[in-house]
Amino acid sequence: MAAIETLGLEKTYHTGFWRKKAKCALKPLHLTVKQGEIFGFLGPNGAGKTTTLKLLMGLVYPTAGSARILDLPIDDPAVKAQIGFLPEQPYFYDYLTAKELLHYYAQLSAVPAKERSLRVETVLAQVGLADAANLQLRKFSKGMLQRVGIAQAILHRPKVLFFDEPMSGLDPVGRREVRDLMEQLKQNGQTVFFSTHILSDAEALCDHIAVIHEGELRGIGAVADLTSSVEGKVELVWQGNVLPSSLRALGAECHITGETVRAVVLEANQDLAIDAIRRERLRIISVTPVRTSLEEYFVRKVQPSQAVAGGKS
Amino acid sequence: MSARIAYIASNTFREAVRDRVLYNLVAFVLLLSGAAILVGQLSIGIERLVVINLGLAAVSIFGVVIAIFIGIGLVSKEIDRRTLYTVLSRPVRRWEFIVGKFLGLAGTLVVNTSFMAIGVFAALFYVTHRFEQADGWIFVALYFIVLQFLVITALALLFSAFSTPVESAVFAFLIFVIGSFAQDLRGFAAMTQGATRWLATGAAYLVPNFSSLNVISSVAHQQPVAGTLILSNTVYALFYAGTALCGAVLIFEHRNLK
Repeated sequence: MAAIETLGLEKTYHTGFWRKKAKCALKPLHLTVKQGEIFGFLGPNGAGKTTTLKLLMGLVYPTAGSARILDLPIDDPAVKAQIGFLPEQPYFYDYLTAKELLHYYAQLSAVPAKERSLRVETVLAQVGLADAANLQLRKFSKGMLQRVGIAQAILHRPKVLFFDEPMSGLDPVGRREVRDLMEQLKQNGQTVFFSTHILSDAEALCDHIAVIHEGELRGIGAVADLTSSVEGKVELVWQGNVLPSSLRALGAECHITGETVRAVVLEANQDLAIDAIRRERLRIISVTPVRTSLEEYFVRKVQPSQAVAGGKS
Repeated sequence: MSARIAYIASNTFREAVRDRVLYNLVAFVLLLSGAAILVGQLSIGIERLVVINLGLAAVSIFGVVIAIFIGIGLVSKEIDRRTLYTVLSRPVRRWEFIVGKFLGLAGTLVVNTSFMAIGVFAALFYVTHRFEQADGWIFVALYFIVLQFLVITALALLFSAFSTPVESAVFAFLIFVIGSFAQDLRGFAAMTQGATRWLATGAAYLVPNFSSLNVISSVAHQQPVAGTLILSNTVYALFYAGTALCGAVLIFEHRNLK
């Protein structure tokens, strides 16, 4: 059973006074997310990530197609008890304290009354807000609100979590903590579907990713597969700041950083390059094949000239 | 009733209290205290009439203003601030949200009216130094005022489901004003002919009949209120508010929350 499955999910908005102008926010989307994995939904701003999440949450209705979460149609009320959602730049009832807000959400999520207090305290500690539990949300910073957003999403221990730009507004430490939390959720067997345009987060966390651009799915696959393709080049790293002249002749792209030099050469020229470095009595630190980074994959997918509609890469 | 509706209603009530909505009571108390003192000094023999008229009219106006201005923001504010997203992504149905919001504001208005009622009776006691049996009819007038609030709140919710807060406020206020003259409108309709008659009659019956819910004057004159009127007004107001609420739910159920 898939955690999330969309079948031709599509959204077109009609704008203007007579609603005659059609704006396609999401072209037919076919997507399957397995249970227990972290799935990254990547795309530049305005790509259709939030629209997809809103469709899955039942906040907007699809123009065509359907979606299922844990094999249930998304409009089935039973689905809502099993999902958690963090909207982009969340805003909460600012007259409530963090504790009151989470109690309210626990009530709405039918968390048993006996467990509520403990559950609220636990998630507040989990997101690092135990000390701010009794502070009104209007006094919270953007980063703190993001943490409250994560707390409310995991509060009722849902099986599938949807995070819309979860790292937004967080400092580096906060981002690290959220990454750890997402990995923890995965270890608990929970599925995490998150949208982001921060590729390093996706590369570090995701099992699978999908790239969306202009409302269209441009690529989908396992992060390991997408980043494992060797480009026929090797990267040589050695100590010092000396650049053997013969390397230039081999067409090496070189970068000197402090006491380290990096050079990328064609795999065919690898031995010649190593010999050139050794001749200068320099200490080689590493020789590694150059792999496609997620960033390169992403850029390739969102460039119009190289756009590929849908399909597994 | 679903527990979720109760939770949403209770949170709406809490929001109103924390947003200092009940602070209007201070203005009300000041107004009524000033009026009672003034009436005590100026009027001879009509203190009761003036205090009841003024007090109940103030209860009605203060409540209507709250019902309109909070009612129109009940849903639109939640959409604008996106607080709704984390509620509707839980096992909460859209109709439960609307009904919960309605009941929360209705509860706020009932509490508000109760405090104001205490103020009215206190002012009455201050100027007359005793209560009479006929003063009991003031409770009926207050009950009718609360029924008015239910209708206005439901209408404000209905308007806010498809228009901007400013438009909703204008619509709700106009309906309140027109509805306050519903009996006159019906009388006018009866005097017209042909298509105008049909249109005028339709309009007269479409707007809520707030004039039949207004017994302030007769209560001030210590006249009793017929039991049949209490019953018919109750049924009418609940039916009208229920219909408006169903309309709001119907629109909201199909709305895309962009």
